[in-house]
Amino acid sequence: MATTIKAMTPQELTKKIIAQEELFILDVRNESEFMNWKIEGVKINLLNIPYFDLLDGVDDALDKIPDGKNILVVCAKEGSSIFIAEQLAEAGKSNIHYLEGGMKAWSDYMEPVKIGDLKDGGELYQFVRIGKGCLSYMVLSGGEAVMIDTLRMIDVFEQFASDKGAKIKHTLDTHLHADHISGGRLLAEKTGATYWLPPRDATEVIFDFEPLEEGKEIKVGHSNIRIQPIYSPGHTIGSTSLIIDEQYLLSGDILFVESIGRPDLAGKAEDWVADLRSTLYKTYKGLSDDLMVLPAHFGKISELGRDGKVAARLGDLYKNNPGLNMQSNDDFRSAVTENLPPQPNAYQEIRQTNMGRMTPNEEEQREMEWGPNRCAVHDK
Amino acid sequence: MADIVIDAKGLACPMPIVKAKKGIDSIQTGQTMELHTTDKGSMNDFKAWVNQTKNELVEAREENGVFKFIVKKV
Repeated sequence: MATTIKAMTPQELTKKIIAQEELFILDVRNESEFMNWKIEGVKINLLNIPYFDLLDGVDDALDKIPDGKNILVVCAKEGSSIFIAEQLAEAGKSNIHYLEGGMKAWSDYMEPVKIGDLKDGGELYQFVRIGKGCLSYMVLSGGEAVMIDTLRMIDVFEQFASDKGAKIKHTLDTHLHADHISGGRLLAEKTGATYWLPPRDATEVIFDFEPLEEGKEIKVGHSNIRIQPIYSPGHTIGSTSLIIDEQYLLSGDILFVESIGRPDLAGKAEDWVADLRSTLYKTYKGLSDDLMVLPAHFGKISELGRDGKVAARLGDLYKNNPGLNMQSNDDFRSAVTENLPPQPNAYQEIRQTNMGRMTPNEEEQREMEWGPNRCAVHDK
Repeated sequence: MADIVIDAKGLACPMPIVKAKKGIDSIQTGQTMELHTTDKGSMNDFKAWVNQTKNELVEAREENGVFKFIVKKV
């Protein structure tokens, strides 16, 4: 019986990962690409055999691929995964899928997840860019929208706001990002919104922006949902957190669910250790334990909850997050400056792009963003 | 001058390496094959494949957006 292969979209794969479904992935990229960056899930089994090792036929792979399970073949763009998937199907394997658009599409896909309701019908959404571990946020209220840490794929946000009948009024970046290209400025230009950036991160930018500073307040919609900036340096010198509606703490790249931000991506690790320490152990400590922490990234799949949210109560993080439980300054200093994971791909060029000093085309931007975000101290 | 030149310009993964394999299978030990490709993505794959098959990468260069590799069959 001839079997046919099916495409699996990044969206379908995301749903399976969130639902913790079993899936067997045959990744046919070369070993170094695979080691650098792969699809992860609680019940995902991964096998890496480069497609060029299977050019004489897939016989060697057959007994390593389980029967009766969903099989997904993955490569960089999809061509090689189709090539191998077809051969597996011809060899009699069933339930064979390939990842539509490959890792390239996986990197760009974002799943909108509702975090909660705000007063008077307002809503807060998190956009989970699951492949790369980046998070954007949209606050909606009374026909207005505010974007926070906008990712590069701005069409998705424009469409989402439009579907919600909202006009994007402000786009905010909690800091100058080093792992991904911000869509905040472009989205603001396209929609007539105001773009906000912390001034201490913006000393080298070549565009106009509204300074995102403590003491200023941004209000959304008629019910005036408040967005309060809190100066929280350490990942960068300008890093600014946002308290939304007295319920949510958007922590940028300062505090993650299972880790804390690294201070070295702008090249100032030693200088910023004390700032990071002070933000995490004094400034945040003074905030309500009941705030829901919503970071700009996640590094491990265990940080993604069963409901698809990446979120945790601040009080719980003070109990469980290793980055918040280092009593001595010296331990903290060495944890955030020594044996750090590799830096994100092209992080210097990404910073230059986010300053407006480089203008790569879309394909170049996608290439610069290749790989995991690596913004946390504990990402390996 | 290589013994065989494989033109894989304009082709995407996996075709450049599929063609390269056919090329290398068709030459004798000690002979060389030159591959031309425009697919940046297959560059690292090609190097890994040459390494894996224990052939020798003699030269790798880029000319006006075309990646050119010379491989000696071992």
